[in-house]
Amino acid sequence: MVEISCHGSSYILKEILDLLIQNGAQPAQAGEFTERAFLHGKMDLSQAEAVADLIASENQASHRLALDQLRGGVSSEINELRKELIQFASLLELELDFGEEDVEFADREKLINLIENLQSLVNSLITSFQTGQAIKEGVLTALVGRPNAGKSTLLNTLLNDDRAIISNIPGTTRDTIEEFFELQGVKFRLIDTAGIRETKNTIENLGIERTMRNIEKAKIVVYLYDPLETSDAEVLQDVHYIKDKNLRGEIWVVRNKADLFRPNKDHITISAKNKEIKSLLDAFSSYASQLQIGDQTIITNARHKYELEQALSYLNNAQNGLKNGLSHDLLAFEIRYALKHLGNITGEIDIDRDILGTIFGQFCIGK
Amino acid sequence: METKFDIIVIGGGHAGCEAAAAAAKLGSRTLLISMNLETLAKMSCNPAMGGVAKGQIVREIDALGGLSGQVTDSATIQFRMLNTKKGPAMWSPRAQCDRFQFSANYRKRLEELEHLHFFQDMATTITKKKQFHIGTQMGYTFYSSSVVLTSGTFLNGSIHIGKDQYGGGRMSERPSIGITESLHRLGFSSARMKTGTPPRILSSTIDFSQTDIQHGDKNPKSFSFQRQKRLSVQRPCYITYTNNESHNVIRENLEKSAIFNGNIEGIGPRYCPSIEDKVNRFADKDRHQMFIEPEGWNTNEVYINGFSSSLPKETQQEALLKIPAFRKAQILRPGYAIEYDYFPPTQLKHNLETKLVEGLFFAGQINGTTGYEEAAAQGLMAGVNAHHKIRQSESLILGRDQAYIGVLIDDLITKGTDEPYRMFTSRAEYRLHLRQDNADERLMPVGYDLGLITQSAFQQMANDQSTVTKTIQYFSSHHIKPSEMQKIEPIDKLATPKHALSFSKLLSRPQVHIQDLFNVEREEFPFSNLDASILQKVETQIKYQGYLRREAETVDKFIQFKELNIPQNIDYKSFMSISTEGKQKLSDIQPKTFGEAQKISGVSQSDLSTLLIYLGR
Repeated sequence: MVEISCHGSSYILKEILDLLIQNGAQPAQAGEFTERAFLHGKMDLSQAEAVADLIASENQASHRLALDQLRGGVSSEINELRKELIQFASLLELELDFGEEDVEFADREKLINLIENLQSLVNSLITSFQTGQAIKEGVLTALVGRPNAGKSTLLNTLLNDDRAIISNIPGTTRDTIEEFFELQGVKFRLIDTAGIRETKNTIENLGIERTMRNIEKAKIVVYLYDPLETSDAEVLQDVHYIKDKNLRGEIWVVRNKADLFRPNKDHITISAKNKEIKSLLDAFSSYASQLQIGDQTIITNARHKYELEQALSYLNNAQNGLKNGLSHDLLAFEIRYALKHLGNITGEIDIDRDILGTIFGQFCIGK
Repeated sequence: METKFDIIVIGGGHAGCEAAAAAAKLGSRTLLISMNLETLAKMSCNPAMGGVAKGQIVREIDALGGLSGQVTDSATIQFRMLNTKKGPAMWSPRAQCDRFQFSANYRKRLEELEHLHFFQDMATTITKKKQFHIGTQMGYTFYSSSVVLTSGTFLNGSIHIGKDQYGGGRMSERPSIGITESLHRLGFSSARMKTGTPPRILSSTIDFSQTDIQHGDKNPKSFSFQRQKRLSVQRPCYITYTNNESHNVIRENLEKSAIFNGNIEGIGPRYCPSIEDKVNRFADKDRHQMFIEPEGWNTNEVYINGFSSSLPKETQQEALLKIPAFRKAQILRPGYAIEYDYFPPTQLKHNLETKLVEGLFFAGQINGTTGYEEAAAQGLMAGVNAHHKIRQSESLILGRDQAYIGVLIDDLITKGTDEPYRMFTSRAEYRLHLRQDNADERLMPVGYDLGLITQSAFQQMANDQSTVTKTIQYFSSHHIKPSEMQKIEPIDKLATPKHALSFSKLLSRPQVHIQDLFNVEREEFPFSNLDASILQKVETQIKYQGYLRREAETVDKFIQFKELNIPQNIDYKSFMSISTEGKQKLSDIQPKTFGEAQKISGVSQSDLSTLLIYLGR
């Protein structure tokens, strides 16, 4: 038994879970722990039911959120996918169970086309997880800059809150501070970091390492500088440094203390202290509107992603099998496993009835 | 007249005959009551046994010690292994039979059984005091400790041809009246089901030049594992098609069919629709296939499979006459639909005993199934379990991972059915394992333990099995050099591997068959002269290895705990989280191992989980 203690950030939780799953761990089934607690007498039945209600209500809320915000539900997408898979399985099973019947069987070409279509459907759901994470957990935004550039002041202005300790002693912010704010329905997860600065103070070094890791992962790096303290050459040097660390995200160069200088058209210019941050908010707004997800369904649940990845691996087996002349009973075997994993998401597991129903509905069977 | 028996089997169809045979062979004094002893094990529908999934069931029945496989072999007029182009799990034996021989041979085998008694009469009442009392139409009362009811289509059976409607359990046979009402009084609920048959035609009036011929296999196999003599002569079947002209006749008369005029309330099988149903539902199809099946060696009567109907007999005739092969066809008996009572099988336990009345067992169509094979399988299980019931020994319950019979009974008991239930391979989640070729390995040990399989048959299977194991071991530990591989034809055509590969590795390729390896066999292990069925087993096991392993992983999450000891005197009643029924059963039975606990009906999966957690697992 290994118990992992970590900070209470849902993002960190998800990262840890992903890492465990990648290394072969299997997520617990819904209610498994509640069931165990119940069996061990740690909870009575009504408590267990209360947990179930709690879980259900949370799901319902996030389900509604998904429906409202994402214009389409995960389960309807999964059900659609399941229908397609059942259809595919029916074509295989038709030939297995009704080989003697006078019906037309699907040729290999058609089956290959169908399975490739299924693979791309599952794949796009899996990749949507990234976007889903961004929406559910917030767009990871790292706020970096040299000490005293005014990062904490900016954070407080963004959040209208006095959470970060503000002082003019460089290196006050040793731990990263994480806050959320929302613009146009998109959540931004703002991380205030320790300043970028070589130091011998080990505690601050820790902070800096963490800063680096946040920079690497961030979707947006807001680099803030104080033109009084930092020369243009130093700004350029810092930006290069960040770009080296973060290859995919966006880097916004933000010049603080706009009250003292004329604007620089390449940089976003604000005055954190005077709460003049409109140009930065505009940048967030435009990012949020770019993050339009259209009609695509978004997966936000790590367990769903796991089941989809499992399903995909069986679809890949089936596709290989189709190309290598694997017999239909073995192909059907792979498809059934894929269906089983999708069933783990929606809870529909009566595969054979669905397959037979589809066959009887579509083909004239019966001597 | 003797009236006291251990077990009474009511009904002499495929379920009743297996039940009676099993109970009597095991040593129970058994009475078989049938309304007509001349129609025992009658093939009321088409004259064939087996087929996809059903053939596997017959092999399982044979491995358990039932009679259907051996009787089929004795009456076969054509044998085909279906689905051989698909994987070995799909291979399905099917035999066309002489329906008269089938019945006669079955009856002969039953008559040979020392403890089996027969009586021709109609059972009309079932009551239970200390013993069961079976009242009959002729006024007799028979007594027994256990009853197996296998009523087929006879309970309040009603035959429909067009608007004509009359009571009957089969064409020209009376319905059985009284049992349904008797069971209602005991608290059971019943519903109606429907099935149908096609017309029978005189083969001398068929123009066979207008049909395609279908021969039996060149190398016919048999159903029984206990080998018999090869079939040397076979009779062919023929295939022909309906056409638009005949569809028009059907379409114009659609409302005259009993299934469209409102006379029939029961639900019929979707996979066995009447011709009017096919024409109606699949209007875009301009022809439907028909199989012309001979009814026997010594008869001119043929069965028109695919043309089952409850249209008026004149319409059936008119529609048939539009088909080139049938321009002059003479109908011997028209097709008809039949409606009958069944008892939703969720009223049963896994041993096929009713939940309401201890000692009362149901098998066959009364449970909502269709098919000789499905009926026979249930009959066998009910017969065995009725015997075990009165001896107070453990019920025989087969798992879904063990046999199609297990899938069949588990589906019926846990899901119920509202249309006649037929087996399909897709119903079995472990179908790669549930093959016709290994039914002996799977079930002969069970049949042997029961006492239905002889020592010699069991020994034969065990010997074959050890040869298979030895061969597989040899194959996985001996390698073939690349230079030798040119002798293996399919490899020669593919790219030759650069390294030596084991026999198994080569054989696991889809293109390579065991016969291809004959060229590279060595003197130390000449496997080419092994029996064909053994070679087939070796190949199948090697090819399926990975899949079977994956399948087995999901078979039984409890399997590793089967041997786990359970301390005695556990106070099950103190377990808050075990179901009331589970607590009761566990307290009464006090299982010694976890495996025993698993077999207790009424102990649910979640009860077992609780128990496992209590035991510290």
